[in-house]
Amino acid sequence: MSTATHHHVPDRLNGPLHRTVRSWESLLLAVAVAIFVMNSFASPYFLDAWNLSDATFNFTEKAMIAFAMALLITSGEIDLSVASIIALSSTAMGAAAEAGLGMPGIVAVGLVTGLACGAFNGALVAGLGLPSIVVTIGTMSLFRGISYIVLGDQAYTSYPPSFAVFGQGYVGWVITVEMVLFVLFAVIFGVVLHKTNFGRAVLAIGNNATGALFSGIRVRRVKFILFLLTGVMAAVASVCLTSRLGSTRPSIAFGWELEVVTMVVLGGVNILGGSGSIPGVVIAAFVMGLVTFGLGLLNVPGIVMSIFIGLLLIGVIALPRIWFQLQIMRGK
Amino acid sequence: MFVSPDVSGATDAAASEPILSLSGITKTFPGVRALSDVSLELYPGQVTALVGENGAGKSTIVKVLTGIYRPDEGTISVDGQETRFPTARAASDAGITAIHQETVLFDELTVAENIFLGHAPRGRRGLIDWATMRRQASEILDRVGAEIDPSVLLKDLGIANKHLVAISRALSIDARVVIMDEPTASLSQKEIEELYELVEKLKADGKAILFISHKFDEIFRIADRYTVFRDGQHVGAGLMADITEDDLVRLMVGRSVDAIFPERSANPGDEILKVDGYCHPTEFDDISFDLRRGEILGFYGLVGAGRSEVMQALFGITRPSAGTVHVDGAPVEIHSTAAAVEAGIVYVPEDRGKQGAIIGLPIFQNVTLPSLSRTSRNGFIRLAEEFELTRKYTERLDLRAAALDQDVGNLSGGNQQKVVIAKWLATEPKIIILDEPTKGIDIGSKAAVHAFTAELAAQGLAVIMVSSEIPEVLGMSDRVIVMREGRMAAELSGDQMTPETLVRHAAGISEGRS
Repeated sequence: MSTATHHHVPDRLNGPLHRTVRSWESLLLAVAVAIFVMNSFASPYFLDAWNLSDATFNFTEKAMIAFAMALLITSGEIDLSVASIIALSSTAMGAAAEAGLGMPGIVAVGLVTGLACGAFNGALVAGLGLPSIVVTIGTMSLFRGISYIVLGDQAYTSYPPSFAVFGQGYVGWVITVEMVLFVLFAVIFGVVLHKTNFGRAVLAIGNNATGALFSGIRVRRVKFILFLLTGVMAAVASVCLTSRLGSTRPSIAFGWELEVVTMVVLGGVNILGGSGSIPGVVIAAFVMGLVTFGLGLLNVPGIVMSIFIGLLLIGVIALPRIWFQLQIMRGK
Repeated sequence: MFVSPDVSGATDAAASEPILSLSGITKTFPGVRALSDVSLELYPGQVTALVGENGAGKSTIVKVLTGIYRPDEGTISVDGQETRFPTARAASDAGITAIHQETVLFDELTVAENIFLGHAPRGRRGLIDWATMRRQASEILDRVGAEIDPSVLLKDLGIANKHLVAISRALSIDARVVIMDEPTASLSQKEIEELYELVEKLKADGKAILFISHKFDEIFRIADRYTVFRDGQHVGAGLMADITEDDLVRLMVGRSVDAIFPERSANPGDEILKVDGYCHPTEFDDISFDLRRGEILGFYGLVGAGRSEVMQALFGITRPSAGTVHVDGAPVEIHSTAAAVEAGIVYVPEDRGKQGAIIGLPIFQNVTLPSLSRTSRNGFIRLAEEFELTRKYTERLDLRAAALDQDVGNLSGGNQQKVVIAKWLATEPKIIILDEPTKGIDIGSKAAVHAFTAELAAQGLAVIMVSSEIPEVLGMSDRVIVMREGRMAAELSGDQMTPETLVRHAAGISEGRS
């Protein structure tokens, strides 16, 4: 081959089947199936359509944020303020409801709040070039702090009945409105990351932001848009969660940012940026939902669940590295 | 016409035996012979200037001297005794120390700690004797005439004082041989004068000094001897008193430059680019030039002359503070790289790994990144179109790869460069800027890049080629602009384009002085 005068370079190294089988998503899918099977043996109540439907609430809201977060982390940035955006957005919606706005008005207020929070993060990171991890740790305290000042130990509970549709509504049989939104956003973000120029720019920036800039990519604009998207998706999750709970307290969704990041990393997104897939995040959402639900059925306390999720996360990121080290020790 | 290395008829400077002598040193890297049978002698109490173009092997010999590289062949002798430097420590123990352009010091340590790092005076139980260390540091600083408190942190010092600390460090290990690698590159005129005084003190102390510089005025001012390298070979040595500037320049560059470059018939077309009064607050000042279709315009200068900075402003990376750019007669506002690409100006950067290729992305995604708007439909990617576009340009460049979806990081430097060039050709630009396009790539890829550049110009593309390699600049360019210290020192064409004139203007040597 190297002696030939004209080199024919093929488009692809491996066929599509090879690439699918070797992928992270396939491994994750196997884990999801295994957990599903274990759960169905462990508890007689697991394989019940209504129980399974209820279980989806464990992950649908977090997953909607995780889709946007997956793009953001792929670009090499992160937003740790998402749970606080939920709180601030929910507080704004509660105030709007108190003021007598109807359902569409309340939702609009919630979404605009999320958009504003995302714009604030984006301006600091993309505009001023500050590190996103520091900026969003700051805004994490800031956004939730505002909710605490507004609400104190009070709660907003005067949501109109029509507002309940997002978190408590069913499209038909056991299919929830949230489930439909989850699928809808999974498809949208999957297409955006994997099938559009914008997604390609996100991948390029995550691999080498300087190189992307030197290739004519508007790096700061792309990053700003990603923060906007993450803010809006946190607001969408806030609408669903507030609607499901029917009330707003400033502690709403406390600690969710870590579960969202866990879901994204478990889904195979490189925490350092540069690679990631939405199908991976979708499967990771199911894995986390099934684990929480299964352990719940077995009456395992919440703290043990978080230990389990933590171990799962460390396990999945450590295993490939351990495998790699073993290969090296065996001399390949 | 060589200057005889014969130093008989010598002045008093030639009296003593060398402290350090290298002979027959050869050092090969994969694909490159960096040093070939070179010799170098350093005498006590004398400054030897090492002169040569970029890539002549100056840094390599410094690394051999300081024990960082081990030579493949040749001998190193200290005081006439043959020796070897297997480690940097061994060279340091032999009394050899180097002060680099960017000196390796530690900002968060004190001046005294920097001076004595690795050989601090020890007290009982092996603990550092801080009081002695500070006292000795003060003594050494006094000797170099530095008014510096040894207990302040290094980061609180200016660049000139940092140099003094580096020199104090050299003295503290009782160095006999001091290597100064472009020590004045980042100093002001006043600081340079202070450095000269210090060099005189070191000479009086009997140190042997190797002084590497591109600036002829300072070489003639402080050096006693010279050694010239060219393309990794020793081409001359002798006493400064016996040589003129003209002869030294000729020794540096003397060789035929036209043999290996592609034939080009220069018939440039209409003016495509006009840059007028381009200024930047710190990097460059009052740059004006024009460029025609089918023309190759060379930019020559020393490292740090501001060439890349001008190009990066044209490409929208940095903002100029004044000046205008016209493309095809129409004024363009280049406020981003995207705007530059839109205006038809593209840039192949010098730093291929960081700025050129996006390692981690496959070849085809690198190539199509700036052209996605053409391969896609309504913002949705079309892979078939991407592969087709990639294939079209990578085949023209004869890219060697296993597959187009292979990570660019797995390609050789030359092939990565082809991917970067293919990326820009795919945008169908009007003006392509090549910044050191053949730096660090193998001979074969070099020739391919040269041939391809000539072909592009023949097809009407306007090319700007920034290069520090004189043969490349002269062999490829129709005209050459020489930059020095952020300004245009000369614009040369036709018969004016000789290695000597390039070096003269780049180094700031006035005409006819010797």
